[in-house]
Amino acid sequence: MVMKVTNVLMAGVGGQGIILASGVLAKTAAAAGLDVKKSDVHGMAQRGGSVLSHVRFGDRVHSPLIPDGETDILMAAELLEGLRWLPQVRSRGRVVLSTQRILPPTVTRGEQAYPEDILEKIKRRDPRAIHLDCLEIAQAAGDVRTATVVLLGALSTLLPFAQRKWIELLEREVPKKAAPVNLVAFRRGREWAKG
Amino acid sequence: MGCGNPVKRLMAGNEAIARGAWEAGCRVGTAYPGTPSTEILQFLSEYPEVNAEWSPNEKVALEVAAGAAMAGARALAAMKHVGLNVAADPLFTLSYTGIRGGLVVITADDPEMHSSQNEQDNRHYARAAKLPMLEPADSEEARRLVKLAFALSEEYDCPVLVRTTTRISHGEGLVETEDRRESPLEIKLEKNPAKWVMLPAYARARRPLVEARMEKLVRLAESFAENRIEPGDRSLGIITSGVAYQYAREAFPEASYLKLGMMWPLPSELFRRFAGMVDRLYVVEELDPFLEDWVRGLGIQVIGKAVIPTIGELSPALVRKGISGKAAAGRPVTLDLSLPPRPPILCAGCPYRGIFTVLRKLKVFVCGDIGCYTLAAPAPLSALDTCLCMGAGIGQSFGMEKALGEGGPRRVVSVIGDSTFFHSGVTPLMDMAYNHSRGTVIILDNHTTAMTGRQGHPGSGYDIRGEAAPAVDIAKLAEAFGIRRVRVVDPCNLEETEAVLRQELAAEELSVVIARGPCILIPEAREAIKPALRVNLKICAGCRTCLQVACPAISYVRQAGEYRTREGKVKKRKGYSQIDERLCTGCAVCRQVCPFAAHREPS
Repeated sequence: MVMKVTNVLMAGVGGQGIILASGVLAKTAAAAGLDVKKSDVHGMAQRGGSVLSHVRFGDRVHSPLIPDGETDILMAAELLEGLRWLPQVRSRGRVVLSTQRILPPTVTRGEQAYPEDILEKIKRRDPRAIHLDCLEIAQAAGDVRTATVVLLGALSTLLPFAQRKWIELLEREVPKKAAPVNLVAFRRGREWAKG
Repeated sequence: MGCGNPVKRLMAGNEAIARGAWEAGCRVGTAYPGTPSTEILQFLSEYPEVNAEWSPNEKVALEVAAGAAMAGARALAAMKHVGLNVAADPLFTLSYTGIRGGLVVITADDPEMHSSQNEQDNRHYARAAKLPMLEPADSEEARRLVKLAFALSEEYDCPVLVRTTTRISHGEGLVETEDRRESPLEIKLEKNPAKWVMLPAYARARRPLVEARMEKLVRLAESFAENRIEPGDRSLGIITSGVAYQYAREAFPEASYLKLGMMWPLPSELFRRFAGMVDRLYVVEELDPFLEDWVRGLGIQVIGKAVIPTIGELSPALVRKGISGKAAAGRPVTLDLSLPPRPPILCAGCPYRGIFTVLRKLKVFVCGDIGCYTLAAPAPLSALDTCLCMGAGIGQSFGMEKALGEGGPRRVVSVIGDSTFFHSGVTPLMDMAYNHSRGTVIILDNHTTAMTGRQGHPGSGYDIRGEAAPAVDIAKLAEAFGIRRVRVVDPCNLEETEAVLRQELAAEELSVVIARGPCILIPEAREAIKPALRVNLKICAGCRTCLQVACPAISYVRQAGEYRTREGKVKKRKGYSQIDERLCTGCAVCRQVCPFAAHREPS
């Protein structure tokens, strides 16, 4: 496979499984014979902070960080995080978004309001933005904790990798017991995005 | 997928460092956890050939690794940048003694301070300690350079520093793997006082050897394969290293590069040759003008920090803007900073929430330390007043006590986590006991090194492989120092905690209060999670007092309504609190602060 560098920015909140999702994407791209770089900041993330993962793949990738404003696809597992990183999406870039809302501390304490018009703002940047209720789909798939894998399934429809490769790598990355429900969740997300 | 390609694996820099060490025959690995270096030892401990351990601090880590190297084993000590400050004492003299088996010291710097209290540039350590330093620019180089570092260490008889940064340590890239090769060096003890005993007379004899070694290393640097010129467009030449090289390549793919893999000593002739090849010469480096100063010192015209920021991480955009003056992607990217931020906060059920709720109420000055509990500083908890470096809080509080004189011990306390206490809180506590302190030291014993991802420590009862290990008894340790007032409290019991703290603040002698409650993320605590609390909406006045404990499970719903007072009167409210049952662990700190008794356990 020959391709110029594709930049996928994955955003969410600590505990949502963004690092797992970006790992599956990076390994799927590597399995396709591409050069890959992935970068995320750990450390304090597990304590409810924003989590951001940069995944880049192509013939030759230098920077582990996506250059400003050159994100081809933004995948956000939470609405506000989608809005936060939207300015990084290039013109004609795509957005894949879970409609889940996780209230940040200033909102739960009643000091700030959670923005209400997020979907409209995102659709102004990407009119074909894919947005889905991952929690509900994950619940129906059998485990609400697979919500971000549902989203990964939706994201997979925008990338040129075969479904069986995704499935193979996903299966390797999740605990053995949880593999079946994760695979169902991935397929449901993928089917949903294909409409 | 291309056929015939060598097998490449996606690895984070830290995993690649561990892989490189293992391939090089490393037999002993030591570290104290610290972002962004922590995973190096975790990965290294997965190799059965490596005797890996969490050390109580970085100084001990380096000394243990050094001992192993003296006996002939290849050894690695890993630490974050500030950890090298702690390990600097042995490092500087190891430069004189040298080693036998290869000794590699990893320093993981944290530009941008993602998880650190400063962004010191540890390249200066190589120069100051007169030791070679290598710096990889991606995961594959990390593996390769760590192997080279072991070889150089034995060839030049000195420890070798390998510097990474957050983006190299945590960034993932493809790595080619090789098999392990055992070191041929014999493991043995060799009495050689002139080499191992740094009495002044012996040290003076070793001193010229250090200079001679560095001269030899300068010659090596001039021809070192990892210091390479990548010719391109001659109008623009860039000297760079580490992740800055990747950013520069991204911003200026056509330029000529001098990419350095060895950060110390520096190759002056190579700089001159490269400068002669290009029209305009830039240095692109994160943090200090370390390369730039050297190049300028050679009389070469060069631009660096005049256009490249000294503070924080670089990025392709910053490099592009610095050199060409143009924004990336044709437009500047501005993030909306007015959006609600999502800072890290103490977890729901964290035992620290209780003790800081009490400390805020007591209005004492709290000398803090490094760990999750540093998150008690921001509003609304606002209950921690200092954070300097590992173990500093105890000494700081004692200094304040001395400065304040009479009454001082009632106004200031220090708070330190168990892992941080073992790291460097033991000696200042000993100082307080020895020098007649009347203060109060609170040790937060959550049985783990929580902030870096729950690693074991000398009090946790398990080692890096999860096997049982002896656990230090903090109370007995304090008693052994001669401290007579040692109290243990459950920090989630606010009444008890407050009563004990009031007694100990009033006491006329030094006290240690151990606030014992396991980190809510470790199995011991997960198994003991209680049912979620609920807010009785009939009596919640919407006073927001419970929001002050900063629990992620509690939120305020802005919706006007009515509630019933204790006396049965109906009153108006602007909103009410609610508890997220999925997050609540039943710690009940919120119930204990609610003035209306609206929070309750499920019946």
